[in-house]
Amino acid sequence: MSDLLAARSQMAMSLAFHIVFAAIGIAMPLLMVVSEFFYLRTREEIYLTLAKRWAKGTAILFAVGAVSGTVLSFELGLLWPRFMGWAGAIIGMPFSLEGFAFFTEAIFLGIYLYGWQRVPPRAHLLAGVLVAVSGALSGIFVVIANAWMNSPTGFEIVGGQPVNIDPVAAMLNPMALSQTLHMTIAAYAATGFAVSGIHAYLLRDRTNPFHRRALAIALTVGGIAALLQPLSGDLSARAVALNQPAKLAALEGQFKTEAGAPLRIGGIPDEERGETRYAIEIPRGLSFLAFHDTRATVKGLEAFPRDHWPNTRIVHFAFQAMVALGMLMMGTALWGAYGWWRRRALPDGKWFLRTLMLLAPAGMIAIEAGWTVTEVGRQPWIIQGVMRTSEAVTPMPGLVVPFITFTLLYIFLAVIVVWLLLRQVAASPRIAETEKIEPREEESRFVA
Amino acid sequence: MSLELIVAGAMIVSLTFYALLGGADYGGGVWDLLARGPKAKAERALIADAIGPVWEANHVWLILVVVILFTAFPPAFAVIATALHIPLTLLLIGIVLRGSAFTFRTYDAERDSVQQRWSYIFSIASIITPVLLGIILGSIASGQITVENGVVTSGFLRPWLAPFPIAVGFFALALFAFLAAVYLTLETRDFDLQESFRRRALISGTAVGALALTVFLLSGTGAPKVRAGLSASPWALPLHIITALFAITTFWSLWKRAYKLARLCAAAQLTLILWGWALAQFPFIVEPDITISSAAAPPPTLRFLLAALAIGALLLFPSFYYLFRIFKGDTPPTALPETSDPTTSSTLNANADAHQPR
Repeated sequence: MSDLLAARSQMAMSLAFHIVFAAIGIAMPLLMVVSEFFYLRTREEIYLTLAKRWAKGTAILFAVGAVSGTVLSFELGLLWPRFMGWAGAIIGMPFSLEGFAFFTEAIFLGIYLYGWQRVPPRAHLLAGVLVAVSGALSGIFVVIANAWMNSPTGFEIVGGQPVNIDPVAAMLNPMALSQTLHMTIAAYAATGFAVSGIHAYLLRDRTNPFHRRALAIALTVGGIAALLQPLSGDLSARAVALNQPAKLAALEGQFKTEAGAPLRIGGIPDEERGETRYAIEIPRGLSFLAFHDTRATVKGLEAFPRDHWPNTRIVHFAFQAMVALGMLMMGTALWGAYGWWRRRALPDGKWFLRTLMLLAPAGMIAIEAGWTVTEVGRQPWIIQGVMRTSEAVTPMPGLVVPFITFTLLYIFLAVIVVWLLLRQVAASPRIAETEKIEPREEESRFVA
Repeated sequence: MSLELIVAGAMIVSLTFYALLGGADYGGGVWDLLARGPKAKAERALIADAIGPVWEANHVWLILVVVILFTAFPPAFAVIATALHIPLTLLLIGIVLRGSAFTFRTYDAERDSVQQRWSYIFSIASIITPVLLGIILGSIASGQITVENGVVTSGFLRPWLAPFPIAVGFFALALFAFLAAVYLTLETRDFDLQESFRRRALISGTAVGALALTVFLLSGTGAPKVRAGLSASPWALPLHIITALFAITTFWSLWKRAYKLARLCAAAQLTLILWGWALAQFPFIVEPDITISSAAAPPPTLRFLLAALAIGALLLFPSFYYLFRIFKGDTPPTALPETSDPTTSSTLNANADAHQPR
């Protein structure tokens, strides 16, 4: 394994690991705050129990997200020192702002988790709201930095060095809006569906009011997000078409430049033959989606030098996976909304709950696929059109060692986190308990 | 004062907060490992309760140091991350293991064997990580990281695998352990627990003194520029005298059980040590090839960053104050993450033994 490949693999693995926790860190506080809000409104103990249960899960996931995020902030320099040395002054700002958002999140999460008995109920709820808001802001700032790598602005290059640096213009880069929208909504959709799936499973015991309320909140958040996501997806597609035509060509498997390009569903891009085979083609679909004009010309990969192509197969497959999963989630959200509209009650049919269980991991997989599209689709560039990934990598030899070390470390953490969350799920309150919330033995032990 | 100088100052302030707050959390891990005898369980519970609500927030100071470094002084960040790749990677592994083990211990089964396992990972990582942090700062101060045309020429081992940085590593560990012991005397009303941490503060304080002397002696060859600054500058003598006065007052107040004074003086002592190092190294970020001004980002970035720091400080310090007032008021009762039962926690008393069933 070359050092460049090891560095890319380590970065990809670190991001793929962290992003799950980051997405949950954005959305989970919203769920627990909504539940606490209902508790303060209705004084139903179930909502309080639910908020506390979700807070436990959030605490575990936040801790792992915080340390894996710390790793990433260092890895930017450990793996890509030439990138950071060159671009730090331009895109350091969103990371700095993220630092402040993270501070707010950590302070108020401490108050939220440990302060149930220490602060007045409204202050406690407000602490939760601040965690939810700053969690979303953290994500937005980091994605702004990534958007800059896709559409770098706010500087000029003289003699290979950036001059006339304008960090505000860098943050307002053309991809910033569409990417932050798409990612933030994805976080709510993925987390909402993941939590819905778990509570749908626990709702085998159909009348358990605890899981009914949990499912209602999680599905509302996840469902609304899943319905909105295609709109932000459309915005993203058009921004990519404008700013990263090679990425658009790769993710659609578009090799030839053509007017009225078709939309391909499925298919296998063949770089040697310069065509995507076995795809279902919807005539003029791509031109319409990318430019809102069925006759628009879409640049194919042939318009770019061969060594500027990303890996078309990975990008195309990842894109198809993301869209397919997004569609499934949107369809399920519509199904749920229809059921609710018909009966004015939470849909709890056997097949609906089974579908939710099946889709529990769908949002997270879609997020991973989406990031694969974004990151692999930008290759060979680390800064689109400005700096190649191979130019940015550290001169440090033997990078395969830290790659393997961090991979093993993260596998270990993932196993433990899943185990701990399963313990929490297994300690699910039964119906009788939800009425009078008796502490069960393993729930009341909570201290180191 | 120039923009880059103010930003560099803000970076050292953040590092100071990290040492004072995050450092003490590492020190807590040291005492977790060394907890022995019949009180061991109560001591561990006290440490966990003291750290629990605040350690995530304390940790963010480190992130702030890193983002200020790479936003305001990008070439310095690139050089440090390249030359110190190995100790930084080890530091990260320590941070990951420590942070996750602490949380896993809180939320895993209360069986002794399970708790013990996470305690070991947490406490051992709490010992290794500050040593690495000290090694990293020591190598930056040593003048052994050399750069030509933006390329690190001093290799990946030599700058940090040397007596001076390693001595700084153990110095940092001793300081953090000392700080934690001093803080912990104020975290409980239990006289026996106070006494055991008082004793530990006195012992580790002595270790701090011995290691400070070692570091100073090794700096003659290990970090000549810093040594020159610390012995020849006009501010050197007053600094040493004031630091020594704080050190003596810390010992005296620990002896007299005036713990609040001890906490103040211990914190002042650590602050002066950090600022003494920063002043001695001035104007270099990475001695001898990278200065504050040569590495500084252009003014628009620095202005934006300073504005963010100012607004951030206005929002954060009250939040921090609120957090610490809630959990670190006068000998607070035990803080617990909430169980699903609203009645149990209110019945828990301040005695740490109460929620540590055997």
